[in-house]
Amino acid sequence: MTEAKTLIRGARVLGGEERDVLVENGVIAAVGTALDAGDARVVEAAGQILLPGLVDLHTHLREPGREDSETVLTGTRAAAAGGFTAVHAMANTFPVADTAGVVEQVWRLGRESGYCDVQPVGAVTVGLEGTKLAELGAMHDSAAGVRVFSDDGKCVDDAVIMRRALEYVKAFDGVIAQHAQEPRLTEGAQMNEGTVSAELGLTGWPAVAEESIIARDVLLAAHVGSRIHICHLSTAGSVEIVRWAKAKGWDVTAEVTPHHLLLTDELVRSYDPVYKVNPPLRTEEDVLALRQALADGTIDCVATDHAPHPQEDKDCEWGAAAMGMVGLETALSVVQHTMVDTGLLDWAGVADRMSHRPAAIGRLEGHGRPLEVGEPANLTLVDPAHRQPVDPAGFASRSRNTPYRGRELPGRVTHTFLRGRATLVDGELA
Amino acid sequence: MKHHLISAADLTRDDAVMVLDTAQELARLADRPIKKLPTLRGRTVVNLFFEDSTRTRISFEAAAKRLSADVINFSAKGSSVSKGESLKDTALTLEAMGADAVVIRHHDSGAPHRLATSGWIGGSVVNAGDGTHEHPTQALLDAFTLRHRLAGSGDGVGRDLTGRHITIVGDILHSRVARSNVLLLTTLGAEVTVVAPPTLIPIGSEGWPCSVSYDLDAVLPKTDAVMMLRVQRERMTAAYFPTEREYARRYGLNGERMATMPEHAVVLHPGPMNRGMEITAEVADSPRCTAVEQVTNGVSVRMAVLYLLLGGAPAGPAPSAAPATATAPTATAPTATAPGAAGEAEENQ
Repeated sequence: MTEAKTLIRGARVLGGEERDVLVENGVIAAVGTALDAGDARVVEAAGQILLPGLVDLHTHLREPGREDSETVLTGTRAAAAGGFTAVHAMANTFPVADTAGVVEQVWRLGRESGYCDVQPVGAVTVGLEGTKLAELGAMHDSAAGVRVFSDDGKCVDDAVIMRRALEYVKAFDGVIAQHAQEPRLTEGAQMNEGTVSAELGLTGWPAVAEESIIARDVLLAAHVGSRIHICHLSTAGSVEIVRWAKAKGWDVTAEVTPHHLLLTDELVRSYDPVYKVNPPLRTEEDVLALRQALADGTIDCVATDHAPHPQEDKDCEWGAAAMGMVGLETALSVVQHTMVDTGLLDWAGVADRMSHRPAAIGRLEGHGRPLEVGEPANLTLVDPAHRQPVDPAGFASRSRNTPYRGRELPGRVTHTFLRGRATLVDGELA
Repeated sequence: MKHHLISAADLTRDDAVMVLDTAQELARLADRPIKKLPTLRGRTVVNLFFEDSTRTRISFEAAAKRLSADVINFSAKGSSVSKGESLKDTALTLEAMGADAVVIRHHDSGAPHRLATSGWIGGSVVNAGDGTHEHPTQALLDAFTLRHRLAGSGDGVGRDLTGRHITIVGDILHSRVARSNVLLLTTLGAEVTVVAPPTLIPIGSEGWPCSVSYDLDAVLPKTDAVMMLRVQRERMTAAYFPTEREYARRYGLNGERMATMPEHAVVLHPGPMNRGMEITAEVADSPRCTAVEQVTNGVSVRMAVLYLLLGGAPAGPAPSAAPATATAPTATAPTATAPGAAGEAEENQ
């Protein structure tokens, strides 16, 4: 890790005017023009965009249990390489993060890694089995200070359990992050149900299986006066429900993954399992609705759903393959490509959707802050003019299951700072 | 023709007619005392079956053997990443053994496509049925049977199915036979209607090149041929239809219904039949039912496919294990008459 005093010279702060930003003792010490570098290390950032450190609400770090695909260390290195300074580690590990012991272990591993803050997510139910509430209070009271609870990978489909969970976490301002998937409607589901699934003979995952759960859960959250967060929203219909719930004034937030902003189910025609993901890739119409919803704020934030899998789990027939894609190291590029370069979002908007909003939903302190004097120096510097094909061989993640292999994407994260310490320098991990 | 046969969509109208014509030529072989040609001598055909299907396997086996290919039967039931050897390792093994063609039956839709496009093997891949996706050689043998039965005068050589009305009845949602037939029969100029309860019509099939009907009785009088698909009884437990009896009443073919079809119309069934379910014994045993004929035609059609994929010079990037002398010169002439000539040579040896 590179030390303390750094002058970032001439960066466009949130895509606006060029400014010098002096970082000292882990905080932003000065913002201005022609600042004196003094003994500070200088980062020449002309033409680059300075953003608050990115925050991911949805990351699978796989440790404990599946260290063959990712560890907290390799996952946080991938996060730093992608411009993230904080990630929420999902609970579907082995053992499941459903006790204070496991969440504290993950939290501690995150602190030891030093590449980015790791905020563990706690399971809603014991073993993600959907039948018995996990000790949510104990996880909140632990050193990990859990505020976000999710059975992600599985849906909390029992309406009573969901209602109780929503109510219970009000005691400590928690939030339930729901993986919306009606299980009976998606038995054996392999891909989006529609024209392509009909032709390919793959079992469909209908949009209604997501939308019906979201509809139920926003109603439940309103009824009990709790807040709810919808994970990886993927359909145009889901957008309409969330828009309606927000218009009612209900405390509903939602995330979208980068891959659902770019890729469609047409890619499944290759039967290449690198495109197998849950929820599945949807249609062009859905993709456009999701972009619009992210632009207008109906969808609050981008979350990667970074899901590392070893090569053997993708190097096989579609039906036998694991679901999921890595995403930390390509997220910002995909967002630039789909939202910024299309004019839907400016860089301040990117900062809002990838840092301010996710940090606010997770109640994460010290992240997603304005780029002002005195604020923690969690910073990301991106060169938007850079373009290059994605080469998974260069990933910091232990896994390579990216759907973007060989695809040219814009933007390159050059520097990441975690409380003033550089975790990424000129695109290389520090 | 392409290097592989994965989907009926791989075949143009001319490709398909060529397969049918070649099959017709090869069918004559069945009338001879020695049913063997030297065409694929020294070539290896692997039947890679991840799913039980004795009927399809022995049909491909007979086809390959009648062309003098060496046949290896590889039953890999239950094999998958989670239980035992992966498809990739199986493929690499077959490649190392010098398989010139791999005939694959797999429970996962897309497995043959994966095998053909992953770079694991260099030989030709023939889809012998993948999940609920496709079964192109079944469609070819159905087309062959239809052409033969509906051709009127002559044997149909060179002709397609233009203007014929074909009705496919049953579990369209889960049927690889239906998918391949809709594609192939329309390629051959037929007008296809699929008939099923709405629960067994796939969401997203609106764009298919066929009509959809829920009413079998309305369709039958205008039908030149009806294809009755096997309906698995376990579909009932998933609430696709209420009872077996209700299914049979609404969508089963009995003698009374058959009588509403035009006089020349025939009944196809890919087998195995559920007598009493989608078809009554009266229909199954009637001369209008072509089920047994389809089995015979299956061998000829599969011979034609193997012949056209492998019959020429060693295809694809894989080095052929066959010594040059084993590849009979006659095998390099891909005309429909060549097998006949080669047959003479074989019989005289």
